[in-house]
Amino acid sequence: MERPIKRDFKRPTHINDYPVGPQYEAGFLAETNASWRTFRPVIDLDKCINCLICYMVCPDGTIMKREGKVAVDYDYCKGCGVCAHECPKDAIAMIKEEL
Amino acid sequence: MTNETIMNIPRVTPKNMTEQEFFYGHKACAGCGGSVAVRLALKVLGERTYSALPAGCMAAVGFIFPQMAFKNNSIITTFPGVASMASGIAAGAKALGQTDFKTVCFAGDGGTADIGLQALSGMIDRDDDVLYICYDNEAYMNTGIQKSGLTPYGTHTTTTPAGKNLPGSKTHKKNVFEIIAAHDIKYAATASIGYPQDFINKVNKAKHIKGATFIHVYASCPTGWGTPTNTSIEIAREAVDCGLIFLAEYENGDFKLNKNPKEFASVKEYLTKQGRFKHMTDEDIEQVIGFRDMKWERMRRNWNHK
Repeated sequence: MERPIKRDFKRPTHINDYPVGPQYEAGFLAETNASWRTFRPVIDLDKCINCLICYMVCPDGTIMKREGKVAVDYDYCKGCGVCAHECPKDAIAMIKEEL
Repeated sequence: MTNETIMNIPRVTPKNMTEQEFFYGHKACAGCGGSVAVRLALKVLGERTYSALPAGCMAAVGFIFPQMAFKNNSIITTFPGVASMASGIAAGAKALGQTDFKTVCFAGDGGTADIGLQALSGMIDRDDDVLYICYDNEAYMNTGIQKSGLTPYGTHTTTTPAGKNLPGSKTHKKNVFEIIAAHDIKYAATASIGYPQDFINKVNKAKHIKGATFIHVYASCPTGWGTPTNTSIEIAREAVDCGLIFLAEYENGDFKLNKNPKEFASVKEYLTKQGRFKHMTDEDIEQVIGFRDMKWERMRRNWNHK
């Protein structure tokens, strides 16, 4: 598995359901961050030269390497716009999310 | 480490970097520079890494039960004790017979330069096999932007409010890099997330050194600095270009400047872009430039550079 994915978290109902001690499974994600986003990055694959600068500078690691191009994991992208700002070919547009 | 062994370390680039993410789904502010540093470092270090984090942004955004953003083994430590905790982890793993691991600390500037300095000094003195990464966002951001030892002159923070009586922070940045180098550490470096490949190279080098190593990485903070979220990387790059942050290495007793620009970019342009420096007068900016020039004069005189 490349990236951790969202899994169902069973809310504890009884004291025995709580973990013993302050530790928990590494990489367990109970929710996504998609609701943080106001603008969504959209990649123009014709302009993309696969330089992977966006891949390096994404604070959330949501840019994925896919067969010579990049793609975005919209479940965890917060829409900060760093990728669009750093793209040397202006291949990423920030488009307002419609509700 | 001899030059030959350095040459033999396989280079890590975005092309051959692992697709695995070890810091994913965290709750850091949009455009967080510290999380770029943590994410890239963990990608270079790999899955067999134990990380220790003191109270600070990355601990606060990484472990929100049940959202566990770290995919590798990680632990939150006491604020002053991150380096000693990491020493213990390294010793414990060694006692269990493990050989294929690396221990890393991710501490903020407060957890390094102020609160955690004593434990860090002890760790370097014992030469424990730990890589200590300080992501420097120039104030205690997690608790609401208070001044730390690494806050530069003129910064508006909640404990140094700029106004008629105060220019913001009255002190300059503490020289942590040279404090660490004075321990005769095996390897220490400064980096900036504005130059990610340079940072990756330095983490990669530290990964292959057995013993205590230290990397001071400049990481922007849109929330605390009052900058737009999309310029996080740009602002960290400009800080290096205008000379307020330098890229250097300390190894085998020698300092080396990695980047020695002939001309600096405009300091004023860099400062006025940020909400935390907006109040600064021309005299304040002159003072910042004077301090920068004094420092660079000393570095160029005493350190190796091209």
